[in-house]
Amino acid sequence: MKTRKTDKTVGTSQIGSGTKTDRSFASVVLGPVWLWQLLSLCTVFGIWEIAGRIPISLAFPSFTATCAAFFEMIMDGSFATAYASTLPPLIIGILIVSFGGVAWGVFMGLSRGFEWTCMSLLVILQTAPVAAIVPLITYAYGIDMTSKVIVVVIMSAPLVILNSYKGIRSTNPSLLQMCRSFQGNRWQEITKIILPQASGMIFAGLRLGISGGFIGIVLAELLITPTGIGDLITYNRASALYAHMFAAIASIIIFSTLTLTVLQRLEHKIFRPELGTMSGQVN
Amino acid sequence: MDAPMAMIEKNQDTRETAAVTVEGISMHYPGGVHALEDICLSIPRGKMTAFLGPSGCGKTTLLKIIAGLLEPSSGDVFVNGKKTTAPGPERAFVFQDFALLPWANVLRNVAFGLELRGRKKGEREEIARKFIAQTGLTGFEHHYPHQLSGGMRQRAGLARALVINAEILLMDEPFSAVDEQMRRKLQEDLLSLLAVENKTVIFVTHSIEEAVYLADQTVILSPRPGRIAKIVSTDLHSDLTPDQIRRDRRYLDMVDEIWGGLKQYLE
Repeated sequence: MKTRKTDKTVGTSQIGSGTKTDRSFASVVLGPVWLWQLLSLCTVFGIWEIAGRIPISLAFPSFTATCAAFFEMIMDGSFATAYASTLPPLIIGILIVSFGGVAWGVFMGLSRGFEWTCMSLLVILQTAPVAAIVPLITYAYGIDMTSKVIVVVIMSAPLVILNSYKGIRSTNPSLLQMCRSFQGNRWQEITKIILPQASGMIFAGLRLGISGGFIGIVLAELLITPTGIGDLITYNRASALYAHMFAAIASIIIFSTLTLTVLQRLEHKIFRPELGTMSGQVN
Repeated sequence: MDAPMAMIEKNQDTRETAAVTVEGISMHYPGGVHALEDICLSIPRGKMTAFLGPSGCGKTTLLKIIAGLLEPSSGDVFVNGKKTTAPGPERAFVFQDFALLPWANVLRNVAFGLELRGRKKGEREEIARKFIAQTGLTGFEHHYPHQLSGGMRQRAGLARALVINAEILLMDEPFSAVDEQMRRKLQEDLLSLLAVENKTVIFVTHSIEEAVYLADQTVILSPRPGRIAKIVSTDLHSDLTPDQIRRDRRYLDMVDEIWGGLKQYLE
């Protein structure tokens, strides 16, 4: 028993010291990570500001002008009104895809027959240029909410379905055998091995799908009827208020980035707690 | 007419007394690989049996058939006299690649067999802690597999197999993924652990030294399709302590003898 204890302590010190040295080396020479992220943002904004002040084009506002327009639009409520009409179809579409799409992909991963039935359809849907289909959707469903939801779904569903499917298929066969060797049944196999293992891919798919959904909603608002954020972009462009147009575009970028970041945090917290203990790359 | 009857009765007898009996197992994989041919074998209760042979001789296949993880093309496996085709509570498997859940900490991994049986969380964790201590992992309950060294991961794999209190332990090249020094440590620890636990152990190895050091009987398989080439008694534990084994004349002779037999397959 004594010898085991020694072995254990050796193990700890090795693991502990390894990561510690790496971290301290990185932080001494390179400084904290956020500093570099800040530097990257400052560089981009700095170049933007200079380019806007030259100006490289009359339709290219400086960073500060865009910021000013951004706050103006927050204060006068134009963002609030715009997002009030942009968000409902986006959220409905994303919810449909998050539940339906993931379930579809998971089922495809679990059943060969279902896989063979759907695969070609999905590949076509994924490669099809959706902007070309939008007029058709408008023709069939009119210019209201339904069309927009459909565009969001079409843009995001293939990504979510295919990723979920691939996640299920990439299950480590050794873990499945392990589960079977302890007499786990099929349901336990799915809920305790296959789904947690696939969660990384499923969530990656959801993130891609949601960014696809954002593309879809902007596309719908630009192509079907100018409402919401699409309207803000079109209107300000037409009125030559380029700083406002850029602010509107920036707002949707910020919004989608925040959404995706929150989703990633959520995923790690719920499904992959071990990733929080890793200093490096995920998966 | 008497002889076949006597054989059947004898078979019946061994099935009852042996922990595992393998009768006429052949295995053809769907891809056309002929892995095993007519394996007949009985594994004595409370002893350690090693499957040894050149790579690709089907030793892991045979172990997984005994575990019920693979279905043989023909032949039967009897565990405690009963014919089995699926995994059962009396057998626990230790995997070569550890097969730990990367998203679960040591405590949950070790208790996983009980979790699958629907035991309550507090209860199963209490049992798991006991085996975590026995395998020298105390203090690492809340570590994730990626934070552990190879040797510690296999300790967790072993603890998980011990937790369900199966009488038969099946180990597939359990120490092949750890370095030489850790392997020796794990072998020694395994021996002292099993001295207390009294289990039937079947393990696959490609190391002659490991087979002779650990096992009471070593089954040598010929290359594909695997057939039993020889069964050697390698029981040195009855009169030697683990420390003495490697220095014993008989140990060296056995290693030499087995190597002499295996060498022909590599030429």
